[in-house]
Amino acid sequence: MILQVDNPVVEVHDLTVSYDRKPVLWGIDLTLPAGALVGVIGPNGAGKSTLIKAMMSLLPISSGYVRIFDQPLKQVYNRISYVPQRESVDWDFPASVFDVVLMGRYGNMGLFKRPRKADKDAAMEALEKVGMQSFANRQISQLSGGQQQRVFLARALAQNADIYFMDEPFAGVDIATETAIIQLLRQMRDQGKTVIVVHHDLQSASEYFDWVVLLNMRLVASGPTDKVLTQELLEQTYGGKLTLLSKVGDLLRRQEFPARETKVK
Amino acid sequence: MQEFLEFFSFADANIRYVTLGSVLLASSSAVVGCFTLLRKRALVGDAVAHAVLPGVCLAFILSGTKNPFILLIGAFVTGWLSLVTIDFITSRSRIKEDTAIGLVLSVFFGIGILLLTSIQHSGNAAQSGLDKFLFGKAASLIGEDLITFSVVAVLLLLVVILFYKELTLLCFDEAYARTIGYPVRALELLLTTLTVFAVVVGIQAVGVVLMAAMLITPAAAARFWTENLKVMLLLAALIGAFSGIAGAYVSYTAPAMPTGPWIVLIVSMIAIFSFALAPGRGWVARLLRQRRNRTQILEENLLKLLYQLGELKQDFYTSRSLSELLERRSIPKGEAISGLQKLKRQGYVKRDHQSWTLTTEGKKRGRRVVRLHRLWELYLTQYLHLAADHVHEDAETIEHIITPELEKRLLEELNYPDLDPHSARIP
Repeated sequence: MILQVDNPVVEVHDLTVSYDRKPVLWGIDLTLPAGALVGVIGPNGAGKSTLIKAMMSLLPISSGYVRIFDQPLKQVYNRISYVPQRESVDWDFPASVFDVVLMGRYGNMGLFKRPRKADKDAAMEALEKVGMQSFANRQISQLSGGQQQRVFLARALAQNADIYFMDEPFAGVDIATETAIIQLLRQMRDQGKTVIVVHHDLQSASEYFDWVVLLNMRLVASGPTDKVLTQELLEQTYGGKLTLLSKVGDLLRRQEFPARETKVK
Repeated sequence: MQEFLEFFSFADANIRYVTLGSVLLASSSAVVGCFTLLRKRALVGDAVAHAVLPGVCLAFILSGTKNPFILLIGAFVTGWLSLVTIDFITSRSRIKEDTAIGLVLSVFFGIGILLLTSIQHSGNAAQSGLDKFLFGKAASLIGEDLITFSVVAVLLLLVVILFYKELTLLCFDEAYARTIGYPVRALELLLTTLTVFAVVVGIQAVGVVLMAAMLITPAAAARFWTENLKVMLLLAALIGAFSGIAGAYVSYTAPAMPTGPWIVLIVSMIAIFSFALAPGRGWVARLLRQRRNRTQILEENLLKLLYQLGELKQDFYTSRSLSELLERRSIPKGEAISGLQKLKRQGYVKRDHQSWTLTTEGKKRGRRVVRLHRLWELYLTQYLHLAADHVHEDAETIEHIITPELEKRLLEELNYPDLDPHSARIP
């Protein structure tokens, strides 16, 4: 059940991504509709984060291409926003909450420019949206996990993008934060934004998302939530590892073989 | 003393220049070092510093002069080459970065020493003074050298100010920087180049062997004092500048002394001092915090004991002897007495002869500790389903740290209970 859509906001074509020559995602063909709240779901090591990192050109790809708003990523930097996993940065960095949220405006500002007053207003507004305005001057090293996640979210909101890629925003956050975040994501969707979320909890998936992508080293399913979250497809995603696939991957790594005969430029 | 006054009156133009030069060199490398440190590439600075030596020697061999500009180019080339080599080794082989740094550092430095020795034995009269590059000599910063290196140092500072925002984001969250379209590779290249330049100008004062200390130590020391990057940069620059002056002074008063080790010793002293005394992050501050915690626990335990005795006897304002208290709970006698005396000074207990009585305030505070203890026990049994005989130990600690806010929340969640799991009344 892989549903392709017309006029997709994200188009992934024949995408293969390898770590150290071992492919972790094989030949993904995926299109996503505009204005949807999309959940990317799969077991540990399925390549969920890898998929969105590859979409953001944060990882080298072995084959295929990604187009966003029917353009290569380079053309649409100002329309996309990425929320990395919060463990990906060192929070013991000398910066305040406001400093970090203001980074969301750096893309709009351009190089060498100082933040203008309007940028600061936008950052403050983003902080208010995640309910952290009273923490603006707090040092980021003092934040709890949920607060860190809200700060990252505020930074993305300050970008005022059209499409958001979020890597595990619900991982390790308290219930209050999770509820606040999902409400915010729904608001964003209602404003016509597309939100793509890597998510690990199957329980809440059906409630949170209106489009679900099931992933386990290859694309298992992509479509409206009620059509995709079926017993059969979930079994395909979670049941039995594809041992052969991963053996071939290991072989590629050991023999230092390329995943494709021709290199992607 | 006379030398000290002579130096710090800055009457001698030479001293003025040397001091100014050292300050500029040391503070510019300290500022660049802040970003190197935050990007967690402190060791890389060390590798570059050592790799600069063969460049200096080669430039001298090829040109036959000690023109600072030419030596600087030579230093820059090999410094840069070492970084490229480290990156190449890490990305193309299974060797990890720390190993690659170790390899590159020693190979480049080895070649440098080899070249330096052969120059020294070549009988070339112009070579005298090249060995300064090993341990540095601030006092030799004069004329052309001074101008060249100072210009580079000022340029470094200007570039850091210009790219402040970009470098900060690069150090904090590189992946995010990429996704907003920042030229991350170019910025990395910029930071690398800045590091190499900082090393190249800094070695005049400190020498290649100890240059890493000039890059990293001021930044590490500054980090202890502040949570604000701009302040950190400023502090690091000041610490660098101070050590620069100190180096120039040493170099002036004791020409036989190598300047580098002196500067590094001074910077290290500042770093150790920061490590020990900085508020919040420092070692002494942490020690004091722990001490405060211990006294708070002791005092509250004493008040709690007095309150519990009052509860038992249905009479809170009779005096209790010390032995009565210690029967219920073993506290070292000396500690208990000093704790009680402190409580007396604070007005929580009164003393008559050998026994102690709660004041109204003391009773209130003691009651609060008992209440928190029992509330927490109840919370653990109800919400964590712990057995009633397992919760006491835990509550012994938690009773001291619950804030009034949390207390209110606790009361709400437990629905204003009357009894704890051991059926004792919650006061």
